[in-house]
Amino acid sequence: MANLKTAEKKTKAQSMGMHTEVLTGKTQQKFFNPDEAENFFYWGTHNVDFNKRTELDVKDLDCKQANEKIDILMSEGYGTIVIKNPQGKHSLGVGILNKLNLIFEGSLGYFGVGSIDGPIVTVKGRVGWSCAENMMAGKVVIEKNAGSCFGAAIRGGDLICKGSVGARTGIDQKGGSIIIGGDAGAFTGFMMQRGRIVILGDVGINLGDSMYDGTIYVGGKIGSFGSDAVEAPMTKNDIDWLTRKLKVAEIGNNVDLSKMTKVVAGKKLWNYDALEPTEKKGAI
Amino acid sequence: MCGIAGLIHRGKSSNVGEELQNMLQALKHRGPDSTGYALYANNDGKNFILRFKVGENVGEGSTSVNEDESVYDERKKLVDKKLSELGATIMKEEKLTPYSYRYEIQYGKDLMWFSEAIESIESVEILSIGKSLELIKDLGDATAVSERYGLNKVQGTHGIGHARMATESGVDIKSAHPFWGYPFADVSVVHNGQLTNYWNNRRVLENKGMRFMSECDSELIAVFLAEKMRNGATLEEGMRESLTGLDGVFTYFVATKDSLGMAKDTMAAKPLVLYESDDLVAMGSEEIAIRSILPQEIDTYDPFDGEVKVWQI
Repeated sequence: MANLKTAEKKTKAQSMGMHTEVLTGKTQQKFFNPDEAENFFYWGTHNVDFNKRTELDVKDLDCKQANEKIDILMSEGYGTIVIKNPQGKHSLGVGILNKLNLIFEGSLGYFGVGSIDGPIVTVKGRVGWSCAENMMAGKVVIEKNAGSCFGAAIRGGDLICKGSVGARTGIDQKGGSIIIGGDAGAFTGFMMQRGRIVILGDVGINLGDSMYDGTIYVGGKIGSFGSDAVEAPMTKNDIDWLTRKLKVAEIGNNVDLSKMTKVVAGKKLWNYDALEPTEKKGAI
Repeated sequence: MCGIAGLIHRGKSSNVGEELQNMLQALKHRGPDSTGYALYANNDGKNFILRFKVGENVGEGSTSVNEDESVYDERKKLVDKKLSELGATIMKEEKLTPYSYRYEIQYGKDLMWFSEAIESIESVEILSIGKSLELIKDLGDATAVSERYGLNKVQGTHGIGHARMATESGVDIKSAHPFWGYPFADVSVVHNGQLTNYWNNRRVLENKGMRFMSECDSELIAVFLAEKMRNGATLEEGMRESLTGLDGVFTYFVATKDSLGMAKDTMAAKPLVLYESDDLVAMGSEEIAIRSILPQEIDTYDPFDGEVKVWQI
């Protein structure tokens, strides 16, 4: 196999085996051979040291300048970066693909920490629309409220908001966990495909509308169920999982988990439901 | 995509002109075509403030037809003549641009009849009538419009504003926000979104005697609320009816001489960030608008779907 660091762009995918399709009744892609790990290069990642800490004041920087500064700091090995004065700027902390302890001392605007894969993020303020969109892995904790489309299309990781969130939380969610300490708006879990959403407070109308799969837990009142969303019985596994996750999220200590409402997809999706769990992962 | 912003000081006045300018300038990327302000100023309340235009700004990317400035002067003379016929007395007049004027007038009769008479003159549009409302809109960003009309020294209690990206109608002043709540003094509206039952509602409202000046869907909100208030509804009642009466996606603000309100559609499809304290409410399409006047760390939130709120000064 060619060295991916030096390979031509058009041959990289072939070299990684990503062009190969394996037919097992359903179509799956073969993504990566672990035996060739030494050749694997995850572009844009840095080796950082959590004990190496620095601060970055972004008051007079635009989002592009701020993100470039963060990237430079990571390339210098800083593993704990404290962002001062974010002041609601958009698109801060996006596209971070390595482990990092990233702390925002203030609020973010739209699309904050989107498309991340691994960092632990703390926002000591509020976030605007589409926070952590397309998140792959890591943990994001919002200390205050969040706007709409919170965790849109996330595929993994834990996304936690200790306050309330807007409409369409977890829209198109494909994995991971979204945990809300307060209330959530309309169309929460809209077209959700996998993963879990936990709302300790109330939730608005059309909960889980058009959801394929996944699970939503609600502690408070539900405005209405969306099309395809139905209530399911809480099991011991659900309570065990909620206990573990809420402990990680550091919220919901006083919630009676057995009284939460569990919501799942009630619609039969013929081809999708016939897939094995591992095949579903490839399909979405 | 447009940007809207609003603020209300409760129990005091402030430099609302400069504050709203800063908020709207922070939202320039959402709407670079035109900017509008509805400022509720500390006027003495004795006279009506009449703001009107006799033509369009034909520069700065305007889609309006070019006209010779001499026709503006002719139209202005016709307005003066009509005011005299209506029994209105001009106490003070200011020419702000070749195409727009601010008059202080004394008038004590029906405003709808008055407005119809003034707007019967070709290409003349009343931007606002009120005892405290100063409605200014023109092409350009917030700073350009503010400097053109000297707004950054306006003291008042509250205001709403709009940075417009033209989508449903042309780049011109008549399609710019805010819209005056014709024929009610001191009522103004700004909107972010698209209304999909504009023409159906417009036909119904025109049959009831309401007037539309543009083909901008947002104007429907002002007319819709004005018609409800004309039939005895309070502002908040009218706003709540708009959640089902208007179809589409919207977040809008409405202001009167002593109040400021917001409404968000039942899909919550358009953004709004809100800051509320005992003495100030500030809100905008994005948090950066609020941060432009409150840079310190504050608690803000997104109102939920179908939410209506009204604050008093």
